[in-house]
Amino acid sequence: MGILEVKGVNKRFGGLQALGDVNLSVQENTVHAIIGPNGAGKSTLLNCLVGKLIPDTGSVMFDGQSVLGRKPHEINQMGISRVFQTPEIFGDLTVLENVLIPCFARRDGAFRMHAFETVANEAEMIEKAMTMLEDVNMADKRHMHSASMSRGDKRRLEMAMCLVQEPKLLLLDEPTAGMARADTNNTIDLLKEIKAKRDITMAIIEHDMHVVFSLADRITVLAQGTPLVEDTPENIKGHPKVREAYLGESA
Amino acid sequence: MLGLDKKDWTLLLIVAVLALAAPFILNPFPAGSELAQFNAGYPDLMQRFAIFGIFAIGFNILFGLTGYLSFGHAAFLGVGSYSAVWMFKLLSMNVVPAILLSMVVAALFSLLIGFVSLRRSGIYFSILTLAFAQMSFNLAYSVLTPITNGETGLQLTLDDPRILGASATADGSIPVTNLFGLEMRSTFELEIGAWLFQFNAGYYLCAVIMLLAFYAAMRIFRSPFGIMLRAVKSNQQRMTYTGLNPRPYTLAAFVISGMYAGLAGGLMASMDPLAGAERMQWTASGEVVLMTILGGAGTLLGPVLGAGFIKYFENIFSKINDNVLHGWFSFLPDGLEDLLVSIVHPFVGKGWHLTLGILFMLVVIFLPGGLIEGGQRIVRLFRKKKAPRGEDADHHPKETPHVAE
Ligand SMILES: Nc1ncnc2c1ncn2[C@@H]1O[C@H](COP(=O)(O)OP(=O)(O)OP(=O)(O)O)[C@@H](O)[C@H]1O
Ligand SMILES: [Mg+2]
Repeated sequence: MGILEVKGVNKRFGGLQALGDVNLSVQENTVHAIIGPNGAGKSTLLNCLVGKLIPDTGSVMFDGQSVLGRKPHEINQMGISRVFQTPEIFGDLTVLENVLIPCFARRDGAFRMHAFETVANEAEMIEKAMTMLEDVNMADKRHMHSASMSRGDKRRLEMAMCLVQEPKLLLLDEPTAGMARADTNNTIDLLKEIKAKRDITMAIIEHDMHVVFSLADRITVLAQGTPLVEDTPENIKGHPKVREAYLGESA
Repeated sequence: MLGLDKKDWTLLLIVAVLALAAPFILNPFPAGSELAQFNAGYPDLMQRFAIFGIFAIGFNILFGLTGYLSFGHAAFLGVGSYSAVWMFKLLSMNVVPAILLSMVVAALFSLLIGFVSLRRSGIYFSILTLAFAQMSFNLAYSVLTPITNGETGLQLTLDDPRILGASATADGSIPVTNLFGLEMRSTFELEIGAWLFQFNAGYYLCAVIMLLAFYAAMRIFRSPFGIMLRAVKSNQQRMTYTGLNPRPYTLAAFVISGMYAGLAGGLMASMDPLAGAERMQWTASGEVVLMTILGGAGTLLGPVLGAGFIKYFENIFSKINDNVLHGWFSFLPDGLEDLLVSIVHPFVGKGWHLTLGILFMLVVIFLPGGLIEGGQRIVRLFRKKKAPRGEDADHHPKETPHVAE
């Protein structure tokens, strides 16, 4: 049994079948890539995992519990963190504060009225956040206004914010889309580093095959809302069905 | 110490000294001199500085930190005033129970309004709060006359029960508000040369409470809760996907700011025990928005500055009439004098709103961070002059003031 089990998920938008009978199993401590052409339903699938969308039918089990009907913040508290296509960070806050927030979220839950405690006295939380920042080589930027950083740094920060929560599953929706080559390589390095340093389970949606083949342990190919194949990167590379989905009928 | 660092203590100390020495500071001109009309050091106005300071500090916790712009906070101030006056009518003329009740009632009221209004954000939230406040105003003005005494306003009478006090004093008048016997209206006058300074018990109560309110706001700003409120303003989507529920945080901020407003309303009634519906009108709600933005939303000191600024304008500029103007310009030839008077005329007296409006526009356009930003720019200008070459702050990555560490 994988940590994430998606069974028979369907999702329609009006007349459009965005997801048709999707089955997916993500094993612990693996990087599972989901690839497919534009409009294949990759983002829709991911949104069904994090509570942003509710599938019409089917089940999504995470760590033995159903995520369906739960709110996004509840699902995060179950242990799923996500990275967005464009980095979503707290732009008005400093880098350190950005990382402190997920630390507090883990310790205190979805809401706590800690109005008369002082951030400066939270030595344990600050240390945890700083260790994380050192891990992603951002410790020297801790007092920077996060909105004023480069896109690559924002991605790094967002990743740090997710990792500091020690998620059981990290979801990434096209983490390198729209990035310059240098930032893409930077992100790949970061992900490789993360994978090497700790046990982590990731599900990653990605267009860039270079990224996919250098990171993934398993790959699922999605086309028109349905998984075509699921296999190791080596086997996927030469798979005729995959070439067909990507290069059109003629190939 | 007590949850504040050295810098914060310094700020608090400065505010405390300014507040406690206000009767001196605000009366720089000798009584009876031409400029005496610019003196603001009389009890009535100083009380208003402190009370509206409290109102704006509280409003800033909601608007400055979470970014939710309420257009209905005067409703909570009004509710606070009514509660306090009822306490004076029914229980005693001591201001303590009155102020406590005004905070409790305002908290309950803001919980209700906040719970409904916070289902929406942005402009829809603002409109909802505005609608609620207008409803409250109309209820107070007409429907709930038995409780609010309608358009006359709620006042004390000689046959109020006042179970822990007397309905009337020995000489047959209505008793006055007090703090365990210390009358709020009692004023000590000090004459030094041509100057007259007034030390009013009511003002000092307001000032001390404002300092406590300021301290509490400081603690909130520096707390994990404060960071969460800023996170609400910054990125709710990220917040949700970080396992946090923005709704209760926003509601808590709404209720806290509602309690500040209730406290301000209770104090207002404690200084002058009457309450009228006009206190809840939307113009009053708009005023606290102006105060906060003018001073600097999201800063600690800004709202207090903004409140002082607007109240000063309202009370001082509005008193400058044509006679005063003629007095000022009398040294000029007649024609020129009349010309200048007619130019200045629209901006003073009843026209003080015009001056305030222009000032507000200038601040919003040129100092989006409010008066506080103006102050910071001046400080930076001096620092830059002193800094040696090559250390120009602009050439370094921007660092922001932080609360952690
Ligand atoms: N909220 C929505 N309402 C209606 N249709 C939607 C919605 N979200 C997605 N769709 C449609 O569902 C299909 C799948 O979209 P989805 O965004 O999941 O694709 P994707 O695989 O992520 O594509 P891309 O690679 O372009 O990001 C598309 O045809 C899209 O237009
Ligand atoms: Mg997508």
